[in-house]
Amino acid sequence: MSSRRSRSRQSSGSRITDDQIIDLVSKLQQLIPELRGRRSDKVSASKVLQETCNYIRNLHRQVDGLSDRLSQLLASTDTDSDQAAIIRSLLME
Amino acid sequence: MNKYNPPRMNPSSLRSRFATRFLRTLSKINAQKPTSSSSPTEIFRRYRRIKAAADKSMAYSVRSRRTWSRAMLWKLRTRPCGRRSVKTSTIIKSREARKTRHEKQNKNTTTTTTTTTGEDGVVFGVEADELRELVPGGEAMDLYNLLDETAHYIKCLTTQVQVMKKIADFYSP
Repeated sequence: MSSRRSRSRQSSGSRITDDQIIDLVSKLQQLIPELRGRRSDKVSASKVLQETCNYIRNLHRQVDGLSDRLSQLLASTDTDSDQAAIIRSLLME
Repeated sequence: MNKYNPPRMNPSSLRSRFATRFLRTLSKINAQKPTSSSSPTEIFRRYRRIKAAADKSMAYSVRSRRTWSRAMLWKLRTRPCGRRSVKTSTIIKSREARKTRHEKQNKNTTTTTTTTTGEDGVVFGVEADELRELVPGGEAMDLYNLLDETAHYIKCLTTQVQVMKKIADFYSP
């Protein structure tokens, strides 16, 4: 094994290869709108992780904002009768 | 297709499971409206419950198939929401305190450190630690699982945002 491999994390059990990590990183890259479509050898792994963190924080913020919006909207409505309509329109998408 | 129903998405997809659960919880939250339902405290309380409901619904829809959903469910169960209005600044402070403690710990142990060199020889230890703070249950994961769980977590988060957006748009005047 090359010295690079031996510097890898001492795994508990199965040997995780660098290639597997690289595969996962490029899979992540495809999920992030900022980096999607860019060649994976042009984006460093640490950039992918950085952007992943930013993206997750962004999504968290969106959930917060939407929860806030919903809490204000729900103040004045009754939800039961609309549920079926919402679900149907959601699923139709 | 000979189906009677109009063509629709897979009823057991994550999206519809989440949507159904979340809507059900929303009705429950809405049904508990007190008389002063538009006071800021009440709205804030409802916001916390809705947010917890969104996370819970998502975690339940994933069930225990994923480490992050298990961690999230555990967290939601052991921290009662609604009554205690923890200020966000306190949460952020304690999170940062945990992070610095965590980083100090990582420097000593090798089993949890994420110093793996990628193809370009860059060590992404710090970013991985940051990611650990963001993904539920990430503290205990090794790098491989962390990356794997993160991908799934992101997919679920985007579904959550999409569904919540649709619901909010539906109720918007």
